[in-house]
Amino acid sequence: MSQNNVMLVLQANEEARPMVEAIQKDNQDAIVENQPAMIKITSPGKLVIKAETMEEIIGREWDPQELQLVLISLAGNVDEDYDHFTIYWDN
Amino acid sequence: MTMNTKNRKKRLNMKEKYKHMTRLGWETSYQDMDKVFPYDNYEGIKIHDWEAWEDPFRMTMDSYWKYQGEKDKKLYAIIDAFAQNNAQKNITDARYVSALKLFLTGVSPLEYQAHRGFAHVARNFRGDGPRVACQMQAIDELRHVQTQIHTLSHYNKHFNGFSEFAHWHDRVWYLSVPKSFFDDARTAGPFEFMIAIGFSFEYVLTNLLFVPFMSGAAYNGDMATVTFGFSAQSDEARHMTLGLQAIKFMLEQDPANVPIVQGWIDKWTWRGYKVLGLVSMMMDYMLPESPQSWKEAWELYFEENTVALFKDLERYGIKVPDCAGTVAAEKDHLSHQIWMTFYTHGAAAPFHTWLPDEKKMDWLSEKYPDTFDKYYRPVYEHWAKLEKEGKRYYSEMLPQLCQTCQIPMLYTEIEKGEPTQIAHRHTIFNGERFHFCSDHCKDIFENEPEKYTHAWMPVQQIFQGNCGGATLPEVLDWYKVKFGTDNLDYVGSEDEATWKQWHGQE
Repeated sequence: MSQNNVMLVLQANEEARPMVEAIQKDNQDAIVENQPAMIKITSPGKLVIKAETMEEIIGREWDPQELQLVLISLAGNVDEDYDHFTIYWDN
Repeated sequence: MTMNTKNRKKRLNMKEKYKHMTRLGWETSYQDMDKVFPYDNYEGIKIHDWEAWEDPFRMTMDSYWKYQGEKDKKLYAIIDAFAQNNAQKNITDARYVSALKLFLTGVSPLEYQAHRGFAHVARNFRGDGPRVACQMQAIDELRHVQTQIHTLSHYNKHFNGFSEFAHWHDRVWYLSVPKSFFDDARTAGPFEFMIAIGFSFEYVLTNLLFVPFMSGAAYNGDMATVTFGFSAQSDEARHMTLGLQAIKFMLEQDPANVPIVQGWIDKWTWRGYKVLGLVSMMMDYMLPESPQSWKEAWELYFEENTVALFKDLERYGIKVPDCAGTVAAEKDHLSHQIWMTFYTHGAAAPFHTWLPDEKKMDWLSEKYPDTFDKYYRPVYEHWAKLEKEGKRYYSEMLPQLCQTCQIPMLYTEIEKGEPTQIAHRHTIFNGERFHFCSDHCKDIFENEPEKYTHAWMPVQQIFQGNCGGATLPEVLDWYKVKFGTDNLDYVGSEDEATWKQWHGQE
């Protein structure tokens, strides 16, 4: 059975770029679409941003709450702690 | 500089921190808890453990202020740059500005109403988890209305149709649609308000308002609007999560809550959908360059995401709202029927209307292959012919309004396969006849007739002599809409003259 997509929409700016890179690295099935002023990312069932991956890319500590600054929208349940930000469907 | 990112600073985990920073309530002893929180049990929702409430973002006040402050700094930097560079000259076309007028008059005042609503429920839930979350949302909503007014005040320096937005929201006929939507939600109990605004509007529908519209603003060169839109939307993502948490919390607390919640989902998905009709028209007709049609946005943000969402809620016994079939049938027609209504009533609205040109009509044919050429293009061609003969058609009749959603009876029997037949339902309550645009609006009325008989219906109020007089000029005076300045066609307007002067197209 195919899983429903979760969705994350970010502003197309400098701060979102490393997040997209981290997402692509840790979520093999994520699809990234560039739209006017925004980036839409979908992934079957689940999508995770790992703080560890982000920190490797940007070379400093990264708090998942920094996502608040570039987040436009999402679809799915949220699970967040200091080391990850995850969106998932429970079905 | 060397930094080992593997060794992160040790600190309280987020869950613990969230608990310490948000559980600030106590059992009252001088007064009975039921007297301190009188509103959170009369709706029939049973809560056994308020502690089970948890914000998935684990947002606490310290990080809230930090991130909101950063967002505002970015936003105001862009607004300043926009104004300093006279960037209003760089939008695609001044027709686009009418979409902003509709936004400021129809949407921004709702942000304020949402602020009032969330402040109210934040006081009235006895659990401190939802209280803190609703309090933050109340502050967010106040921020939204302020940033929107600040951003659009720049357009007010150069274009008509912005100056009296607050006054218009309270008086102008079609603005009673969004206004009454929020009045309805704010006069409900706190749990219904959470399902109405937190879940149905924020989670299920708000993407349709902000995402494609703001992406459209970017597509039309309006960086200021994009920025306030996305800055607000970053809060919306948090609100959506709150809405989803609220519904799950209610469903998990007691099985008796399920049918009550289902009734609210059915009601508020339909109410929200009707309000968003204005957005369908903005997307398909008012953006000179449209990145996406209403139908495409609907399919993506409603149909696709909603299927997944309701599959998630299935385990509680919740099903897809019963209006889903109607809204699916209407997506090929909605924006056309609404724009046609505004085109014909353009004398009584404080923004400009126009006929779609050939290029726009070809785009609409492509996006709506089953309906546009068959039902709508011929009407536009007819009106274009009349315009050419100097007989531009304005309706002088006041429309019949639906008692529930307050939208003129413009919708047709699409679900029944009769898209040219106006839909009309009615019911008798206390010896008086009330009219409706649809079965869903009729059902909502019949469920709480005492509430909806109190509605302030603009057309009835005009006929009763409560709106300045019985003629259009008198009513427009009462609205503070300047005839020939704020209303009528874009072609021939001051807005058009300004635009042409800027671009050397005298």
